Amino acid sequence: MIKFLYADQLANQPKLAASMFRDRADQFHDRLKWDVSVDKNGFERDQYDHAGALYVIWEDNAGEHAGSMRVMPTTERTMIRDHFEDLTDSVDITSPLIWETTRFCISPRHAKDGKRIAGGVMLAGHELGLRFGLIASVGVFDLRMTRIYKALGWSPDVLGARGTGRDRICGGLWAFSPEIRSRIARNAGLDEALADIWFDASFTAPAPEQKALAA
Amino acid sequence: MEDLRESLWEETSLEGVQTLIAGLRDSLGVEHAVYHVVGGTGREYGAFTYSSDWVDHYKAEEFYRHDPVVNEAIRRFHPLDWKTLDWGPKKARQILTEAIDGGIGKQGLSIPVRGVGGQFAMFSVTGFESDAAWDKFIDEKCRDVLLSAHYIHDRVAQLMDGENTILAKPLSPRERDALAMLAAGKSRAEAADRLKISEHTFRVYVDTARHKLGAMNTVHAVAKAVSSGLILP
Repeated sequence: MIKFLYADQLANQPKLAASMFRDRADQFHDRLKWDVSVDKNGFERDQYDHAGALYVIWEDNAGEHAGSMRVMPTTERTMIRDHFEDLTDSVDITSPLIWETTRFCISPRHAKDGKRIAGGVMLAGHELGLRFGLIASVGVFDLRMTRIYKALGWSPDVLGARGTGRDRICGGLWAFSPEIRSRIARNAGLDEALADIWFDASFTAPAPEQKALAA
Repeated sequence: MEDLRESLWEETSLEGVQTLIAGLRDSLGVEHAVYHVVGGTGREYGAFTYSSDWVDHYKAEEFYRHDPVVNEAIRRFHPLDWKTLDWGPKKARQILTEAIDGGIGKQGLSIPVRGVGGQFAMFSVTGFESDAAWDKFIDEKCRDVLLSAHYIHDRVAQLMDGENTILAKPLSPRERDALAMLAAGKSRAEAADRLKISEHTFRVYVDTARHKLGAMNTVHAVAKAVSSGLILP
């Protein structure tokens, strides 16, 4: 299932968190060869993985990371605002109605099921926009992702690009709507109702009696 | 928030902010609205629509130490629906019971706002609706509550510190073009077509411009851009 977890909540899910940061190292450092740093634990982390970051994470049956992305508000410092303004038409993208999504990652252990996992993470991210009244999300993506977005029916408006061929990266804006939500779910082969279930499970504190049972 | 009275757009004193918060309450159609900011240096300011008795009581009882709304808001950035928070602890239940008895509200939606220099602020609206009716309110008005939170925060920050406190670069040519199209009376579709961008991208550029100008809505943003000479009328 997909969980929405803030960085400080990752401490309660060490296996899930460690597998996510290792999968990010595998994807961004080893395979895509992006200029990212990997620490002694094999974790790919950067300055935006601070306490205030929100993660959308698909947890597999083994309790490990299957796919994820990182979300933050654009009224604060973001990766795109700080480093990729040439990818957003020289517009400093900042508004309480726009959140940034970065580090979209699929675990190599789930590569065969990649479309469904990617679709789930996108469906969950889309749910944030719908539930919180946002108008767009902004992000940087590579060519490989372009095909995934297209296959899932949620292609961004491309604002700018850098590099060529395999090294080409783009900045884009994604819209939110009930129609898009249905389309992503259908293309990913997922029940649309999951979006509500995932959201409510993460953003609603358990009732006191349930917590007593869990303890 | 296209219906907030124009006279409230440019409040020029902290007393005026009390009028602004009442205007936001009326415009959003809620029971109460409250804004509170703690500056990087510990300086505080609050504006609210309920009686100051509740504020005095809240402070005297040190409710802020146990209030799940405050505890969540300082660590989160998403809008907080009060009924999703953990009201299990005894002290938290007491706060909620007294808020209901005191006419403050049994439902609430709170927006955390972080400003430059370590400011932390929170804007909340309350009501006495059923859970289902409150879900509907959030569904329809969450965006307006978000806009209101950041708008009042910017007004207060400017009045307290006398400068623009929005962390943003100046308007880009693209954003100025987008506002100029609106000032010239172009429709969104026409304007997007002229600028060779999608309507959605156009809408985003207008919104980022609105935020940078500290404007409440699109009309206000255009007016501010014209009056400050950023675009020609």
